[in-house]
Amino acid sequence: MAGERLLDVKDLEVSFYTYAGKVHAVRGVSFHVNRGETLAIVGESGCGKTVSVQSTIKLIPMPPGKIEGGTVLFDGKDLTAMSDRDLQSVRGAEIGVIFQDPMTSLNPTMTVGRQITEGLIKHQKLSAEKARQRAIEMLSLVEMPNPRERFRQYPHQFSGGMRQRVMIAIALSCNPKLLIADEPTTGLDVTIQAQILDLMKSLQTRMNTSIILITHDLGVVSKLADRIVVMYAGKVAEAGSSEDIFYDAQHPYTQALLKSVPRLHEEARRDLLAIPGTPPDLFVPPKGCAFAPRCGYAMRVCLDHQPGAFPAGDNHAVACWLMDPRAAHVRDGHAGRAEAAGARGGAS
Amino acid sequence: MLAALWIIVTATFFLMHSIPGDPFLGDKVTEAIRQNMLRKYGLDKPLWEQYVIYLGNLLRGDFGTSLKMLHRSVNDMIRDGFPVSALLGLEALAYAVTIGLVLGTLAGFRHNTWLDYLAMFVALIGISVPGFIMGGLMQYVIGLKLGWLPIARWEGFRYTIMPAAALGLGTLAVMARMMRTSVLEVTNQDYIKTAKAKGLSQREIVFRHILRNAILPIVTILGPLTAGIVTGSFVIELIFGIPGLGKYYVQSIFNRDYTLILGTTIFYAVLLVFLNFLVDVAYGIVDPRIRLMRSRE
Ligand SMILES: Nc1ncnc2c1ncn2[C@@H]1O[C@H](COP(=O)(O)OP(=O)(O)OP(=O)(O)O)[C@@H](O)[C@H]1O
Ligand code: SF4
Ligand SMILES: [Mg+2]
Repeated sequence: MAGERLLDVKDLEVSFYTYAGKVHAVRGVSFHVNRGETLAIVGESGCGKTVSVQSTIKLIPMPPGKIEGGTVLFDGKDLTAMSDRDLQSVRGAEIGVIFQDPMTSLNPTMTVGRQITEGLIKHQKLSAEKARQRAIEMLSLVEMPNPRERFRQYPHQFSGGMRQRVMIAIALSCNPKLLIADEPTTGLDVTIQAQILDLMKSLQTRMNTSIILITHDLGVVSKLADRIVVMYAGKVAEAGSSEDIFYDAQHPYTQALLKSVPRLHEEARRDLLAIPGTPPDLFVPPKGCAFAPRCGYAMRVCLDHQPGAFPAGDNHAVACWLMDPRAAHVRDGHAGRAEAAGARGGAS
Repeated sequence: MLAALWIIVTATFFLMHSIPGDPFLGDKVTEAIRQNMLRKYGLDKPLWEQYVIYLGNLLRGDFGTSLKMLHRSVNDMIRDGFPVSALLGLEALAYAVTIGLVLGTLAGFRHNTWLDYLAMFVALIGISVPGFIMGGLMQYVIGLKLGWLPIARWEGFRYTIMPAAALGLGTLAVMARMMRTSVLEVTNQDYIKTAKAKGLSQREIVFRHILRNAILPIVTILGPLTAGIVTGSFVIELIFGIPGLGKYYVQSIFNRDYTLILGTTIFYAVLLVFLNFLVDVAYGIVDPRIRLMRSRE
């Protein structure tokens, strides 16, 4: 059902040309977002989550960045082929973005109100007064106390959590079809994090927006995501429904991620914790599977050939040679996985 | 503020008297006449007594009379000379701010292009070549060889262009370099990405979001820069033969014209303090964070 798909990204390739050389940051990434759903993108720092998502509306700095391949279909339009002028009418109007750091994402010399009305005036052609009313409405919608007062104030008069609410108000002011939230709660304290996430969730149901949520926090993912994309070293390692990923993870990297989540939540940071080893250097992308040096199952084929995406059920795909029928016996040697691997071998 | 002024007056007074010689030593007068003149101006009295008398007059707003300039009062000389200096300084500042900011902005947005390199080359020259050398060079090339502008004196707008340019060049260069850095820095800020993500055009981003923030650090150095223009004007007025206060000031030191030295020093001190105050006010206007801090006090 292609009409269900709001955003469909195929084979995205992005590189950065730096003084030190070319960084192949995104290496053939495909993912999609259905209407009204929340897609979570997880993966270690530097694996290309932000770049993948920002490239869809060309928000990455170019140069040094360059989108070298792939297509991005959004609501039937091909964003990669669009002129910058046409993209301007998509950004902010149909796709809203919330960035990671609320302390630096707002212009310090402009009133918060003006920063909200700016987009409204541009995209919805509202008069200044109408835009003001709408902005105040948005501020109350994101549960900002005294919205009228707040409208006239500057960002430094707001706390981090309140600034993130302002960012949400800006991002949602034009009723976008898609909201990109790139680690929206990093750097906020735990109770505020929960409030912001609840707020996003409730606004999503109210406005029927789709959300791409980038986060390090698997706890958040389990609460909010309908589907999950796991990225590793500029590629998609595994993609599937929330259920697929949490209860039927097939990729060794996904499995390692899930194991690394500390059980004592709350006080411990629920970041993606130590998996031994480090991701590869994307100046020199590996020939085979990027996870091989850290993977307990690595086979000879893994070193020389990139694994393709193997289907592991409806909408569940895994980029790992273990999914190849010929490798069905490999996991048998590893305790605890024998049965699962056997069952899968039979199915595929 | 008053205490600072008192310290400046006192320090200048005693330093000035510690320079060997006196106002009349070089003149071709007999020793008897010289003693007479010293007595007339009270310079034969003990130093501390002169000091007390001077302070007394100062409190009444009287800077005394010049010892060398045909007995003109220092107050008159400031009244005549300052408008000329102020005009020169403002013109220099106007060149420096407009051209410096435009150059720096262009260099920032077109960085690593020939435009950027050209602008930064101009800035490098402006920073490394002192104003009086540049002034002399301009007099020679533009005034003498090309004959485009008058070489010296002060008789209309055409006469002001060269000295103002020479005086403003250093400041212009500093402004251009700072503005370039600042534009580059602001362009990479997260909130600029936010602005882009809102769907604003490059034009809207530049004029609404980048320029105002980029100008902030420039405003903070405007104080020292205007001070630089004030002090730079001393020499520029001298070499261009401009009848401004700066020229009197320099001459007064060579002449040991005690009252004129003191009067102009005090005047310049007050002027600089006042300029810094203006800069503070300007900064408050462009930066809401400062403005609010003030209104809370
Ligand atoms: N402006 C840039 N110049 C050069 N390289 C860049 C630039 N932006 C990103 N990269 C590179 O692209 C890769 C992917 O970065 P990206 O920001 O997408 O990671 P991420 O998954 O979002 O990580 P994090 O969780 O830390 O935000 C990194 O290796 C990074 O070095
Ligand atoms: S492809 Fe090979 S190295 Fe890569 S994750 Fe699968 S088993 Fe491990
Ligand atoms: Mg990121």
